[in-house]
Amino acid sequence: MDALIENFFNLRTMLDMLPGLIREGIRNTIFLTVAGFSLGLVLGLVFALLRLSTARPLRWLAGTYIELFRGLPLLLTIVFIGTALPIALRFRWPNFFLPGVLALGIVAGAYIAETIRAGIQAVPRGQMEAARSLGMPHRLAMRTIVLPQAFRIIVPPLTNELVLLIKDTSLLAILGTSIGQREILKYSRDVLGRTLDPSALVAAGLAYLALTVPMTRLVAVLERRNRRSR
Amino acid sequence: MATPVIEVRDLHKYFGELEVLKGIDLRVDEQEVICVVGPSGSGKSTLLRCVNRLEEPTSGQIFIEGDDITAKGCNIDRVRQRVGMVFQQFNLFPHMSVLDNITIALRKVKRLKGKAATEIARERLDKVGLADKADAYPIQLSGGQQQRVAIARALAMDPDVMLFDEPTSALDPELVGDVLAVMQRLAEEGMTMMVVTHEMGFAREVGTRMMFMDFGVVQEEGPPAQLLDHPASERAKEFFSRVL
Ligand SMILES: Nc1ncnc2c1ncn2[C@@H]1O[C@H](COP(=O)(O)OP(=O)(O)OP(=O)(O)O)[C@@H](O)[C@H]1O
Ligand SMILES: [Mg+2]
Repeated sequence: MDALIENFFNLRTMLDMLPGLIREGIRNTIFLTVAGFSLGLVLGLVFALLRLSTARPLRWLAGTYIELFRGLPLLLTIVFIGTALPIALRFRWPNFFLPGVLALGIVAGAYIAETIRAGIQAVPRGQMEAARSLGMPHRLAMRTIVLPQAFRIIVPPLTNELVLLIKDTSLLAILGTSIGQREILKYSRDVLGRTLDPSALVAAGLAYLALTVPMTRLVAVLERRNRRSR
Repeated sequence: MATPVIEVRDLHKYFGELEVLKGIDLRVDEQEVICVVGPSGSGKSTLLRCVNRLEEPTSGQIFIEGDDITAKGCNIDRVRQRVGMVFQQFNLFPHMSVLDNITIALRKVKRLKGKAATEIARERLDKVGLADKADAYPIQLSGGQQQRVAIARALAMDPDVMLFDEPTSALDPELVGDVLAVMQRLAEEGMTMMVVTHEMGFAREVGTRMMFMDFGVVQEEGPPAQLLDHPASERAKEFFSRVL
């Protein structure tokens, strides 16, 4: 028992790495998550609307994007954008954040597009019809009447996407990050390599949980509230 | 002869293979209150929804105050400002207060300033007897109150004609009267109205004309009392004997 605690919960190691973990690891994880999610939201909204468009080519385009990036392993997309693309097109990413956020955002966008589409379709048709019958053009009705209601419906699933994204940032390490750019897992693995103390990974796990558990709790609360208001 | 408010010529509407409207001709003049009755599935809603093009007609022509709204270049959003519509399910915007429900189109479509829009909204709310509910949310209102807000919302645009699709069918019986009273007052003030309804009392009292639809055609039309008391067709006889 003591050996177990000694091996996995070495307070000394954990406290030593804590400042760096917060300043670099957690900070970068949050940055990558927020940036990737923002991009995902924009792409998700655009492709959800295209998916519901009356123009067949646009629907098809959106469908392809969604199926493609939901069907591929995230890791493949990351390596493709971060490594394969620069080789093919002969350029260099100026830093690792750019391809990282791009890959996360593009993939998150595919999932979010489906979530938003479902949200829009969950708003009763009569809402759009009532708005149109007042003389509102389709776009205006979508923006002021349908989307606000759709977003209220999809806050819980969107928060779930956010949780997934927090965890997925750890995959970006494959692009090779330098000091200062490391997110939680990479930072902790480097500590593990240096100290050979497994507690480093436990610290990483705790850091992720500190971010994700409040979010999943929040989802639970929101879902309960949504159910009640129906 | 004055231009009719609504004129429908040989309107056909298909849903896929199903022909729901089989050649409707219709004329509604100013200040008429035309009540559309008929069995479920006969195409009443579809006809009404074609009149403001919530449904696209398959063929035929529809004129609103002389403008062909089925013509290619027609700006339907402009036409709809002159054609108010009230739905069976009210369709208030649940994320907005009663006041915002009414002002949103005034502000965003008619581009009125907030103050002017609010003034109109309050005036219309007063008209439907709900001046004190401006700040409530739809969910806090009874069905009857919601429907009256929906009427106020449509009236705020100053329409020349109002379409009602079974406005009281979703209401508890004790709430029907308030809504019908508002509609009756509207008719007395000279609003042109087209009302799909099962309220035969209202049709007899307020309606200037009645249209009995079945199988996607107008089977019979005339003064409400005449249709109700002496229906000519077998179908109408049978229908009225069931609903009266
Ligand atoms: N969007 C649609 N797609 C396919 N079929 C439809 C659609 N809307 C209506 N229909 C069909 O068209 C027919 C006429 O429907 P409509 O709603 O106009 O009837 P109604 O006279 O209003 O009936 P009710 O009294 O039940 O409201 C019905 O058979 C209905 O199933
Ligand atoms: Mg109907």
